[in-house]
Amino acid sequence: MWQKLYQDLSAQNFTVLAIAMDVPDAARPWIEAAKPTYPCLIDREHRVADLYDMVNVPQAVWIDEAGRIVRPPENAGAMDSLRYRDKTTRQLPDDKLTERDRIKAAYVEAVRDWAIKGSASAHVLDAATIRARTRLPDDNVATAHAHFRLAQHLARGGNTDEAKVHFAQASRLHPDSWNIWRQGAAKDATGLAATPEFWARVDSLGDQPYYLPIDMKGMTPGA
Amino acid sequence: MTTILCGPSETICPSARIDGDSLWLSAQDMSAATGWDLKPEGLCRGDLCVPLTSRQTAPLQRDGAIDAAGFWRTQGHPVVHDAAGGAWVLGSSASNRASALQSLEAPDFELPDLAGRLTSLSQHRGKKVLLATWASW
Repeated sequence: MWQKLYQDLSAQNFTVLAIAMDVPDAARPWIEAAKPTYPCLIDREHRVADLYDMVNVPQAVWIDEAGRIVRPPENAGAMDSLRYRDKTTRQLPDDKLTERDRIKAAYVEAVRDWAIKGSASAHVLDAATIRARTRLPDDNVATAHAHFRLAQHLARGGNTDEAKVHFAQASRLHPDSWNIWRQGAAKDATGLAATPEFWARVDSLGDQPYYLPIDMKGMTPGA
Repeated sequence: MTTILCGPSETICPSARIDGDSLWLSAQDMSAATGWDLKPEGLCRGDLCVPLTSRQTAPLQRDGAIDAAGFWRTQGHPVVHDAAGGAWVLGSSASNRASALQSLEAPDFELPDLAGRLTSLSQHRGKKVLLATWASW
């Protein structure tokens, strides 16, 4: 998704740092197919999600030349499309496909604007806005990340039964985290955690979004 | 054999003795696994020292060993372990995470690529970084 942007902008003191919230074997075919020239790191224990309090993918953080956050973790250009998929075919209607492409393009354009203009970009947020938008973990979330890390460690060592116990504890303590739930969940034949349990969990969100809308200039038509 | 997952590191501690929710380590293993060094004034990391002989009901030091899990809990950090006590995670408290995020300084980390080469966020200092997550699942 980011290769063209990176190629266009790497001369502008800009880089993409891609983090796979994943195990190496599952991430490998995707990386080998995309052949990105920017760094693609593997975060088996979801350390970045722990440090930045991230709950889903794709999420992104904008970090300036001095290592300061100028946009906190947010949805990186995804429409909340799960809601609009046909219940049986899981296909999106045409108008939603158009909307999805528009949102993604608007997000990429915003990154491009920032890469070129830096702190003068209209998408760079002031400190008060960043703090107001930053999710902060509570004790349950902190403990959830510890259980998740233990679960990934146990799973790696082949102790899948006990790993399940700690995945479940992590998810119970941090129910907002789709990263935790999907990493620990059963996968279908294509490697997706898109099982009946997943769709039931999505449905149980009710009116709550799966992907929060992106609060950014140009995201809403006419804004 | 006990493995301790703490911060960026994963350390095998041959000296570890497990007693319920206590994780007794030699001073050497404590330092290797957690970065906290045993000194006359207590456990120290950088300029910060925490005395071990305070009003704690359960002692944190015994026969030259330190209860790493007990100490971790007194610092407000989460501690979890598997049933057999073979793997322990000494986590980081919500308040630590929150104050780091509120500072607006991007928390640093180091992770491997598919070939195992380590890359840190801080080595990109001087560039704008789009830190973007994804997953296969």
